Amino acid sequence: MSLLNIFSRRGSAPVARERLQLIIAHERADNGRSDLVVTLREEILAVIAKHVAIEPDKVQIKVERGEGVSTLGLDIELPLPVAARLTGGRTESIAKESMAKEKQAVAA
Amino acid sequence: MSKVLVVTSGKGGVGKTTTTAALGAAIAQSGSSVCVVDFDVGLRNLDLVMGAERRVVYDLINVVNGDAKLAQALIRDKRLDKLSLLPASQTRDKDALTDAGVARVMDELRQKFDWVICDSPAGIERGATLAMRHADVAVVVTNPEVSSVRDSDRIIGLLDSKTIRAEKGETLDKHLILTRYDPNRADRGDMLKVEDVLEILSIPLLAIIPESEEVLRASNVGCPVTLNNPLSAPARAYADAVRRLQGEMVPMSVPSDRKSFLGKFFTRRAA
Repeated sequence: MSLLNIFSRRGSAPVARERLQLIIAHERADNGRSDLVVTLREEILAVIAKHVAIEPDKVQIKVERGEGVSTLGLDIELPLPVAARLTGGRTESIAKESMAKEKQAVAA
Repeated sequence: MSKVLVVTSGKGGVGKTTTTAALGAAIAQSGSSVCVVDFDVGLRNLDLVMGAERRVVYDLINVVNGDAKLAQALIRDKRLDKLSLLPASQTRDKDALTDAGVARVMDELRQKFDWVICDSPAGIERGATLAMRHADVAVVVTNPEVSSVRDSDRIIGLLDSKTIRAEKGETLDKHLILTRYDPNRADRGDMLKVEDVLEILSIPLLAIIPESEEVLRASNVGCPVTLNNPLSAPARAYADAVRRLQGEMVPMSVPSDRKSFLGKFFTRRAA
């Protein structure tokens, strides 16, 4: 860190500026309406729940807000019979099927 | 045996969040598991100081209300495996926290972590009293400045009356961390001395954190000061504080940022 500091005159303030601009833009966009992440997670889970019984604690949701692109990752552990259906009934031992990380572009 | 520690002060802007992040990271580095919990509902900032602001999905209120399981809301630090964050809600207000809900979450945190560090909001109202309610240990953060010392005295009074330990007649360890201290100004008589503050508040001193550029630099980049530059004066002071919290005897000192000749030579001043 300190070695880097010697060679880069940039300092930490520009980093602070960028981080703030990004997070404040997201928060201002959310202002007034409900948080987008909350809406997405509730509606996506509702759609899946229509077809599959999911256990609430077997769901991991990860979000990474970026400047050009934000990612929303859902990791849902499906019950055994459903997992078997997903693999065409060939495998019976795969209980966990990771839902692909759905990239979701958000205008910055 | 897990310990719940509250970082509190009464006055705002004295360094509670900086202290929470720094102690959390230093404890995690020492090998114990830690969760830092932001109780500042509506004005969360611990996520930003820890550099996790882009990863918040669920928050304390979701867990208290049962909308999310604790494991789903915890954000594990990318640099330190043993350090986790439970963020506050940005959109709700403090009334959304129920006594019973907070008690349940604190119980669950105790089972999962060696240390639970609660970052209290400023003030003496509900958010602050809830943050301290379950504490076994309190760290009172104070600046060597009259209003901060007076507010700390109020908070110490609350620690002695509103916590579960106090209500049960048990002891609650209270410690003082004096932040933004400048020994030169204190020597010149322009700043309250450590002894002055200790005499007024009469709780044991845990650490003296010197005024340092490193604190702002660390928060700029979203990294606890103890991780961002472990050799800096504030980082060393916080690391000593953690050793004392863990029962070690460490002589008290005010670390300073020693600058090399070259370092001084190349330091640029703001215009």
